[in-house]
Amino acid sequence: MSARAQPLWRRLALWLGLGFLYVPIAWIVIFSFSGSTVAGVWKGFSLRWYEALLDNEGLRLAAGRSLLLAALAASLATLLGTIAGYALARLPAFRGRAMLTGLLAVPLFVPEILIGFAFLMLFVSLESLTGVPISKGLLPLVAGHATIGMPVVASVVFARLAGLDHSFEEAALDLGARPLRVFLTVTLPLALPALASGWLLAFTLSFDDVITSSFLAGPANTTLPMLVYSTVRVGVSPQINVIGTLIITGVALIVAATMFRGQAAVLTAERGRGGKAP
Amino acid sequence: MTARRLPGRQQLAVAIPLGWLLLCVAVPMLLVLGLAFGEVADRIPPIEPLLSLAGGRITAHLTLHNLLGVASDPLYTSAFGNALLNALEATALCALIGYPIAYSIALAPERQRRIYVLLAVLPFWTSFLMRTYAWMGLIRDSGPLNHLLLALGIVDRPVPVLYSPAAVLLVMVYSYVPFFILPMYAVLERLPRDLLEAASDLGARPFYAFRTVTLPMSMPGLLAGSVLVFVPAVGEYIIPDLVGNTDTIMIGGVLWAEFFQNRDWPAAASIAFLTMAVLVVPLLLLRRFLPAFRRGAAS
Repeated sequence: MSARAQPLWRRLALWLGLGFLYVPIAWIVIFSFSGSTVAGVWKGFSLRWYEALLDNEGLRLAAGRSLLLAALAASLATLLGTIAGYALARLPAFRGRAMLTGLLAVPLFVPEILIGFAFLMLFVSLESLTGVPISKGLLPLVAGHATIGMPVVASVVFARLAGLDHSFEEAALDLGARPLRVFLTVTLPLALPALASGWLLAFTLSFDDVITSSFLAGPANTTLPMLVYSTVRVGVSPQINVIGTLIITGVALIVAATMFRGQAAVLTAERGRGGKAP
Repeated sequence: MTARRLPGRQQLAVAIPLGWLLLCVAVPMLLVLGLAFGEVADRIPPIEPLLSLAGGRITAHLTLHNLLGVASDPLYTSAFGNALLNALEATALCALIGYPIAYSIALAPERQRRIYVLLAVLPFWTSFLMRTYAWMGLIRDSGPLNHLLLALGIVDRPVPVLYSPAAVLLVMVYSYVPFFILPMYAVLERLPRDLLEAASDLGARPFYAFRTVTLPMSMPGLLAGSVLVFVPAVGEYIIPDLVGNTDTIMIGGVLWAEFFQNRDWPAAASIAFLTMAVLVVPLLLLRRFLPAFRRGAAS
């Protein structure tokens, strides 16, 4: 098959299809360098909107908050997701396996607006049960975003471990190492690339999130995507093109690095999202 | 599969993630389902407790009022209709566009496939919000799409595409097509090549071979991809809100409005309840066709 040249229609489908995916991205990036005060109008190459970003304190604060939130949520998601992926790939058949895989699938596939709403109901209930004001703010945001990232990490770690030979771990066990020690000194280092990929993917999911954040943030914790969203509802703006270019560049680098590490197959089962989403 | 008890520490490896998911996924979902039967109250949070303890007796305050209200109000039923119809159209278009792309990637020389998959996935992880925003710029009256149509002489004045049902469909298809391409590609890539060659050696024309060999074997991918597009598309909120108009109010929009504007939590919960009821069947289908976390099925 590979000896023959690709028929024209197939090459056309491929390049038209991929082109369709990249047109909007190109629009954002190109017009972020326009000097015009109207987004999407070309008026000479200029970095004025990049400079304007530096003076926008509200945006800077929101960006810092989003970075912190994404880092915390991705770390928690990696901790939980790694344990889940390990349990599914390495433990003998156990009770609750179907429940574990079923619950992991919920944040992946169920529309995010339902998940975000449900998170808030949880934290409101916890607040009225305990009297501690925890329904809004950084704590529920981290917990919510970590729950959304956890299945992604679990599937990356699962795929990695399922593709690895057990023999290293068995050798260590045969030599008398305790299971926990085997996990920490053999399994975990082998799974490390998957952990890194999972962390980065969970980070990008959190850093892009609007819906769950809107339910959980409260007035004092507006994230960058929430701020962008409220601006975009009114229409296009050159400032948003700049933010978009920075986010797209960052995420593209992260994802490209992740995928070149050979985790491509893993992404087939995922997301996110939708809203995530997509 | 015979389930058995695991030794202590290994039990912890199940209990920790399962406990988290029960607390943060199962319990919240059940709370929403319960709240659909609750009553609005003029306080914070704006709901009556479902159960109350008075004089040593537990009283339940449950009502069907919200669910019946949502199911009978034309505002909501049309939002459900819009969302389902739009999700079906988006799914069909994603299949129509995504299948040739996945097919072309799968039949490309092996070395190129990886790059194509990367190129197809990259936008999908790249800020969803920003890509929706970009479409607002591309399709508005003074944007590139209208410039192109004017220059080609297809129209003689700009057509209003932004803020229309067509815009919602376009951006939905754009955003969701990778959900279709990936599972479809995974299936097509594993298609036994010798079967196709056998068909052509035996004299089958390309289209006949496609219809009788490739297409039937594509079904699992077609189903998985369609469900993966359809389910999140039904609940999509951001796209109709940003590029649609009052004719494109969907489930996500009415849930959002009930919650954030009307502060009617039981109504929002009822909308969520009915959405889940609609999505249960496709989600169960997905479990059959998407072998995630199944041993031996991992790539």
